[in-house]
Amino acid sequence: MIFPINNIRNDFPILHRKVNGKPLVYFDNGATTQKPVAVIKAMEEAVFEYNSNIHRGVHTLSNVCTEAFEKAREKVARFIGAAHTHEVIFTRGTTESINLVTSSFGEMFLNANDEIILTEMEHHSNIVPWQLLQKRKGVRLNIVPIRDDGTLDMETFDAFLCENTKLVTIAHISNVLGTVNPVNEIVEKAHQRGIPVLIDGAQAIQHLSVNVTDLDCDFYAFSGHKMYAPTGIGILYGKEKWLNRMEPYHGGGEMIKHVSFKGTTFNELPYKFEAGTPNYTAAIGLGAAIDYIESVGLVNIREYENMLFDYAISRMSEIENVTFYGTSAHRTSLISFLLNGIHPFDTGTLLDKMGIAVRTGHHCAQPLMKRLNIQGTVRASFAMYNTCEEVDALINGLVKVRQLFG
Amino acid sequence: MTVNEIQNDIIEEFGVLTDWMDRYSLLIELGNELNDFDETYRVEQNLIEGCQSKVWLHAWMENGKIHYVADSDAIIVKGIIALLIKVLNGRTPDEILSSDLYFIDRIGLKEHLSPTRSNGLVAMVKQMRLYALAFKSIKN
Repeated sequence: MIFPINNIRNDFPILHRKVNGKPLVYFDNGATTQKPVAVIKAMEEAVFEYNSNIHRGVHTLSNVCTEAFEKAREKVARFIGAAHTHEVIFTRGTTESINLVTSSFGEMFLNANDEIILTEMEHHSNIVPWQLLQKRKGVRLNIVPIRDDGTLDMETFDAFLCENTKLVTIAHISNVLGTVNPVNEIVEKAHQRGIPVLIDGAQAIQHLSVNVTDLDCDFYAFSGHKMYAPTGIGILYGKEKWLNRMEPYHGGGEMIKHVSFKGTTFNELPYKFEAGTPNYTAAIGLGAAIDYIESVGLVNIREYENMLFDYAISRMSEIENVTFYGTSAHRTSLISFLLNGIHPFDTGTLLDKMGIAVRTGHHCAQPLMKRLNIQGTVRASFAMYNTCEEVDALINGLVKVRQLFG
Repeated sequence: MTVNEIQNDIIEEFGVLTDWMDRYSLLIELGNELNDFDETYRVEQNLIEGCQSKVWLHAWMENGKIHYVADSDAIIVKGIIALLIKVLNGRTPDEILSSDLYFIDRIGLKEHLSPTRSNGLVAMVKQMRLYALAFKSIKN
């Protein structure tokens, strides 16, 4: 099949604008993706045609809005292959999803001296919540180191697994290195000892076909805005058996069955974890984003993005004096690098002058930067609407940066 | 020369460069020339940490005038530092406190002094003024 790149680009109006007088080349998709018209239309319709607070309402608009919201949940459940729709919890994003597990699962199942395994390549959002739990409850954190190619040191992972281990929490794809971690193997090994696994899928959900049932993970967290949906909406998938036993995260309306000052009973899943009015407009937008991704086909997207990634790697290797961070064969969607002797801030600033948006700095992964012994990297991250011509623009840009430095 | 005369000189120097590449090329050159930073000043208390780049700033008072030395790990930031030092170095606290640094905007580098850039420059300018305020109160 020929990938309909021109049609796709036309669906994203922002891609046609200029930045600093140059056509925009947007390679900061790992931070957030742009939104297709269909997503905005769905949200516009929700706001202008049937906006009303969901659930509880007896009137027509409330029912229509509730149906649209729950339909979005069904789409997410189907998209990730969840066994039950009520295993899909709406959150504000990956960060909140992880914090929900830390609070509710942590409160219920983790105690002093219990061990949690995480890795050196985690984003701060999968480190700091656990450090807070460490403070509160005295749990221990075992950090799996990385090898020089940016893959996990699985021997150390194996050695960490023991009877005290109560949770493994790990990124599906590293936001700095692009490494695709062996999550199947990790889940299998953890489960052999009855240890649950949380996967931070923020960088994976928009690139890989994720099936939580096949993967058999216990929790899977991701954000809408990195998969062409709006900001402020995210997902926590959790296995029913855990979610049922976990305490609510926030208290408030919607999440209760009955409230009295003698005692309160909680609503059933998933509402138990969705206190207050959720961002239903954004949830409807997320549903539309899934429709959009499925209309293009995740398999086609993957194939196209792989081609783009391979092209970018081969073109990048033409530039002299570049250091790549993350060189594993199992990586995807992004390239982290430094032009030797040039600070990432300088590279990023000069590329911006040429209309090219990349991310620079520590990428919210300071422990990983320490391991790599650098202050930061330049990161170009791809989405389905990027093109080989844009990769060429990046290469020309980098050549110019080099020239400016003489 | 007054603070504003120096600023006007800089505006003129950059004004003839119409292409952004030439302006940044000059900035990089200025950054590379700023090499007088004494390593003994590269200490925690002189560090202004931006999210994107680091700045070190040291200041002292001599004969009623303030002297600054500064450094950064990013060259573009260093180039802007060189300009700031050119404008504010060897000035009295009052001159520094009353200065309006309009040249940054006029040479098209305003974005680098925006708080959202988190490159340490905004905090550096603030710190330069705080030094002036501190030295002024010591003097009084």
